[in-house]
Amino acid sequence: MHERPLSPHLQIYRLPLTALLSISHRATGVVLSMGLIGWVGFLMAVAGGESHYTTAQAILSSWLGRLFLWAWIYALFFHLCHGVRHLFWDAVQGLDRDTLERHAQLELGVSVGLTVMTMIFAAANG
Amino acid sequence: MTYRSPLSKALGLGATGHGTRAWWHQRATALAIIPLIFWFAGAIACLPGLEYTQVKRWLATPWNNLLLLTFISIVTYHTILGLQIVIEDYIHNERIKTASLLGMKGIFLFLGLTAFHAALRIIFTN
Repeated sequence: MHERPLSPHLQIYRLPLTALLSISHRATGVVLSMGLIGWVGFLMAVAGGESHYTTAQAILSSWLGRLFLWAWIYALFFHLCHGVRHLFWDAVQGLDRDTLERHAQLELGVSVGLTVMTMIFAAANG
Repeated sequence: MTYRSPLSKALGLGATGHGTRAWWHQRATALAIIPLIFWFAGAIACLPGLEYTQVKRWLATPWNNLLLLTFISIVTYHTILGLQIVIEDYIHNERIKTASLLGMKGIFLFLGLTAFHAALRIIFTN
Protein backbone atom coordinates (compact mmCIF):
# COMPACT_ATOMS: atom_id res chain seq x y z
CA MET A 1 0.00 0.00 0.00
CA HIS A 2 1.56 3.31 -1.04
CA GLU A 3 1.67 6.23 1.40
CA ARG A 4 -0.93 8.85 0.54
CA PRO A 5 0.35 12.43 0.38
CA LEU A 6 0.04 14.50 3.56
CA SER A 7 -0.73 18.19 3.35
CA PRO A 8 2.19 20.16 4.85
CA HIS A 9 1.73 21.11 8.50
CA LEU A 10 4.97 21.33 10.48
CA GLN A 11 6.66 23.15 7.59
CA ILE A 12 3.94 25.79 7.58
CA TYR A 13 2.34 26.52 10.93
CA ARG A 14 4.16 28.26 13.75
CA LEU A 15 3.53 26.06 16.76
CA PRO A 16 2.06 27.73 19.85
CA LEU A 17 4.21 27.65 23.02
CA THR A 18 1.95 24.95 24.48
CA ALA A 19 2.64 22.73 21.50
CA LEU A 20 6.40 23.27 21.71
CA LEU A 21 6.35 22.44 25.41
CA SER A 22 4.32 19.32 24.73
CA ILE A 23 6.79 17.85 22.25
CA SER A 24 9.63 18.93 24.55
CA HIS A 25 8.06 16.93 27.35
CA ARG A 26 8.24 13.86 25.12
CA ALA A 27 11.76 14.70 23.93
CA THR A 28 13.06 15.22 27.48
CA GLY A 29 11.41 11.95 28.45
CA VAL A 30 13.36 10.08 25.80
CA VAL A 31 16.59 11.94 26.67
CA LEU A 32 16.11 11.07 30.34
CA SER A 33 15.60 7.42 29.43
CA MET A 34 18.85 7.37 27.48
CA GLY A 35 20.66 9.08 30.33
CA LEU A 36 19.46 6.40 32.74
CA ILE A 37 21.72 3.99 30.90
CA GLY A 38 24.65 6.17 31.91
CA TRP A 39 23.51 6.25 35.51
CA VAL A 40 23.25 2.46 35.65
CA GLY A 41 26.82 2.31 34.33
CA PHE A 42 27.99 4.74 36.99
CA LEU A 43 26.30 2.77 39.76
CA MET A 44 27.92 -0.41 38.48
CA ALA A 45 31.27 1.37 38.59
CA VAL A 46 30.75 2.25 42.26
CA ALA A 47 29.77 -1.33 43.02
CA GLY A 48 32.72 -2.60 41.03
CA GLY A 49 35.38 -1.08 43.24
CA GLU A 50 37.80 1.84 43.36
CA SER A 51 39.50 1.37 39.99
CA HIS A 52 36.18 1.17 38.12
CA TYR A 53 34.91 4.18 40.03
CA THR A 54 38.00 6.22 39.13
CA THR A 55 37.32 5.68 35.43
CA ALA A 56 33.66 6.61 35.77
CA GLN A 57 34.46 9.70 37.82
CA ALA A 58 37.05 10.81 35.25
CA ILE A 59 34.41 10.64 32.54
CA LEU A 60 31.81 12.46 34.66
CA SER A 61 34.21 15.20 35.73
CA SER A 62 35.39 15.98 32.19
CA TRP A 63 33.89 19.09 30.60
CA LEU A 64 31.76 16.91 28.30
CA GLY A 65 30.64 14.79 31.23
CA ARG A 66 29.59 17.82 33.23
CA LEU A 67 27.78 19.21 30.21
CA PHE A 68 25.81 15.98 29.83
CA LEU A 69 25.19 15.93 33.60
CA TRP A 70 23.64 19.38 33.73
CA ALA A 71 21.74 18.91 30.44
CA TRP A 72 20.24 15.77 31.95
CA ILE A 73 19.39 17.59 35.17
CA TYR A 74 17.70 20.40 33.24
CA ALA A 75 15.76 17.83 31.18
CA LEU A 76 14.73 16.25 34.49
CA PHE A 77 13.36 19.51 35.93
CA PHE A 78 11.67 20.45 32.66
CA HIS A 79 10.01 17.05 32.46
CA LEU A 80 9.00 17.42 36.13
CA CYS A 81 7.47 20.89 35.71
CA HIS A 82 5.56 20.00 32.57
CA GLY A 83 4.56 16.68 34.12
CA VAL A 84 3.01 18.49 37.10
CA ARG A 85 0.90 20.48 34.63
CA HIS A 86 -0.28 17.20 33.10
CA LEU A 87 -1.39 16.06 36.53
CA PHE A 88 -3.40 19.27 36.93
CA TRP A 89 -4.96 18.80 33.49
CA ASP A 90 -5.85 15.23 34.44
CA ALA A 91 -7.79 16.72 37.36
CA VAL A 92 -9.47 19.00 34.78
CA GLN A 93 -7.85 22.16 36.17
CA GLY A 94 -6.43 25.17 34.36
CA LEU A 95 -7.50 24.23 30.84
CA ASP A 96 -8.56 27.72 29.69
CA ARG A 97 -6.30 29.50 27.22
CA ASP A 98 -5.10 32.36 29.46
CA THR A 99 -4.13 30.04 32.31
CA LEU A 100 -2.35 27.76 29.86
CA GLU A 101 -0.32 30.66 28.48
CA ARG A 102 0.59 31.96 31.94
CA HIS A 103 1.55 28.55 33.28
CA ALA A 104 3.65 27.87 30.18
CA GLN A 105 5.85 30.86 31.04
CA LEU A 106 5.84 29.85 34.71
CA GLU A 107 6.88 26.31 33.88
CA LEU A 108 9.90 27.45 31.90
CA GLY A 109 10.94 29.81 34.66
CA VAL A 110 10.56 27.22 37.40
CA SER A 111 12.51 24.56 35.49
CA VAL A 112 15.43 26.94 35.00
CA GLY A 113 15.14 28.13 38.60
CA LEU A 114 15.24 24.60 39.99
CA THR A 115 18.32 23.82 37.89
CA VAL A 116 20.08 26.94 39.15
CA MET A 117 19.16 26.11 42.75
CA THR A 118 20.62 22.64 42.27
CA MET A 119 23.84 24.20 40.94
CA ILE A 120 24.05 26.40 44.03
CA PHE A 121 23.38 23.40 46.26
CA ALA A 122 26.13 21.43 44.51
CA ALA A 123 28.59 24.30 44.77
CA ALA A 124 27.84 24.71 48.49
CA ASN A 125 28.35 21.00 49.14
CA GLY A 126 31.27 20.36 46.78
CA MET B 1 -26.20 -7.29 21.66
CA THR B 2 -22.50 -7.09 21.01
CA TYR B 3 -21.43 -4.94 18.07
CA ARG B 4 -18.04 -6.58 17.63
CA SER B 5 -17.66 -8.88 14.65
CA PRO B 6 -15.94 -12.25 15.25
CA LEU B 7 -13.33 -11.26 12.67
CA SER B 8 -12.43 -8.10 14.56
CA LYS B 9 -11.95 -10.14 17.72
CA ALA B 10 -9.77 -12.65 15.87
CA LEU B 11 -7.67 -9.84 14.41
CA GLY B 12 -7.24 -8.27 17.84
CA LEU B 13 -8.86 -5.01 16.80
CA GLY B 14 -10.62 -2.60 19.13
CA ALA B 15 -10.07 -1.68 22.77
CA THR B 16 -7.68 -3.78 24.85
CA GLY B 17 -9.18 -3.00 28.24
CA HIS B 18 -5.69 -2.22 29.63
CA GLY B 19 -5.67 1.50 28.94
CA THR B 20 -7.13 2.81 32.18
CA ARG B 21 -4.77 0.71 34.28
CA ALA B 22 -1.71 1.94 32.37
CA TRP B 23 -2.97 5.53 32.63
CA TRP B 24 -3.26 5.27 36.40
CA HIS B 25 0.09 3.58 36.80
CA GLN B 26 1.75 6.35 34.80
CA ARG B 27 0.21 9.05 37.03
CA ALA B 28 0.85 7.16 40.26
CA THR B 29 4.53 6.57 39.46
CA ALA B 30 4.83 10.22 38.40
CA LEU B 31 3.47 11.39 41.77
CA ALA B 32 5.84 9.08 43.63
CA ILE B 33 8.79 10.32 41.60
CA ILE B 34 8.19 14.02 42.37
CA PRO B 35 9.72 14.01 45.86
CA LEU B 36 12.36 11.48 44.83
CA ILE B 37 13.61 13.79 42.05
CA PHE B 38 14.70 16.45 44.51
CA TRP B 39 16.66 13.88 46.46
CA PHE B 40 18.22 12.32 43.33
CA ALA B 41 19.07 15.60 41.56
CA GLY B 42 20.74 16.92 44.69
CA ALA B 43 22.78 13.75 44.96
CA ILE B 44 24.02 13.54 41.35
CA ALA B 45 24.71 17.28 41.18
CA CYS B 46 27.34 16.84 43.89
CA LEU B 47 29.00 13.83 42.23
CA PRO B 48 31.76 15.38 40.11
CA GLY B 49 35.02 15.38 42.04
CA LEU B 50 33.88 13.13 44.89
CA GLU B 51 36.16 10.34 46.10
CA TYR B 52 35.28 6.67 46.03
CA THR B 53 35.04 6.28 49.82
CA GLN B 54 32.70 9.26 50.12
CA VAL B 55 30.33 7.97 47.44
CA LYS B 56 30.40 4.39 48.68
CA ARG B 57 29.72 5.42 52.27
CA TRP B 58 26.83 7.67 51.20
CA LEU B 59 25.26 4.94 49.05
CA ALA B 60 25.76 2.31 51.74
CA THR B 61 23.80 4.34 54.30
CA PRO B 62 20.50 2.47 54.84
CA TRP B 63 18.18 5.38 54.04
CA ASN B 64 20.07 6.52 50.95
CA ASN B 65 20.28 2.96 49.71
CA LEU B 66 16.57 2.40 50.30
CA LEU B 67 15.66 5.63 48.51
CA LEU B 68 17.90 4.56 45.64
CA LEU B 69 16.20 1.15 45.39
CA THR B 70 12.80 2.87 45.47
CA PHE B 71 13.89 5.37 42.83
CA ILE B 72 15.23 2.62 40.56
CA SER B 73 12.04 0.55 40.82
CA ILE B 74 9.56 3.34 40.25
CA VAL B 75 11.56 5.13 37.54
CA THR B 76 12.11 1.88 35.62
CA TYR B 77 8.37 1.29 35.47
CA HIS B 78 7.53 4.93 34.65
CA THR B 79 10.15 4.94 31.88
CA ILE B 80 8.85 1.73 30.33
CA LEU B 81 5.28 3.05 30.32
CA GLY B 82 6.37 6.34 28.78
CA LEU B 83 8.55 4.81 26.08
CA GLN B 84 5.77 2.40 25.20
CA ILE B 85 3.53 5.35 24.33
CA VAL B 86 6.26 6.91 22.20
CA ILE B 87 6.88 3.68 20.28
CA GLU B 88 3.17 3.11 19.72
CA ASP B 89 2.77 6.66 18.42
CA TYR B 90 5.55 6.56 15.84
CA ILE B 91 5.94 2.97 14.67
CA HIS B 92 3.01 1.60 12.71
CA ASN B 93 4.41 -1.54 11.08
CA GLU B 94 3.02 -4.26 13.38
CA ARG B 95 6.13 -6.48 13.37
CA ILE B 96 8.62 -3.67 13.94
CA LYS B 97 6.39 -2.16 16.62
CA THR B 98 6.05 -5.44 18.48
CA ALA B 99 9.79 -6.09 18.26
CA SER B 100 10.56 -2.56 19.46
CA LEU B 101 8.16 -2.82 22.38
CA LEU B 102 9.54 -6.18 23.47
CA GLY B 103 13.12 -4.99 22.99
CA MET B 104 12.60 -1.75 24.90
CA LYS B 105 10.83 -3.42 27.81
CA GLY B 106 13.44 -6.17 27.97
CA ILE B 107 16.34 -3.74 27.92
CA PHE B 108 14.93 -1.37 30.52
CA LEU B 109 13.78 -4.16 32.81
CA PHE B 110 17.29 -5.59 32.71
CA LEU B 111 18.80 -2.14 33.27
CA GLY B 112 16.58 -1.67 36.30
CA LEU B 113 17.56 -5.05 37.62
CA THR B 114 21.24 -4.27 37.03
CA ALA B 115 20.97 -1.01 38.94
CA PHE B 116 19.05 -2.69 41.77
CA HIS B 117 21.70 -5.39 41.95
CA ALA B 118 24.52 -2.81 41.99
CA ALA B 119 22.84 -0.90 44.83
CA LEU B 120 22.57 -4.11 46.85
CA ARG B 121 26.21 -4.94 46.21
CA ILE B 122 27.20 -1.51 47.49
CA ILE B 123 25.43 -1.89 50.82
CA PHE B 124 26.03 -5.56 51.46
CA THR B 125 29.66 -5.99 50.41
CA ASN B 126 32.84 -4.32 51.70
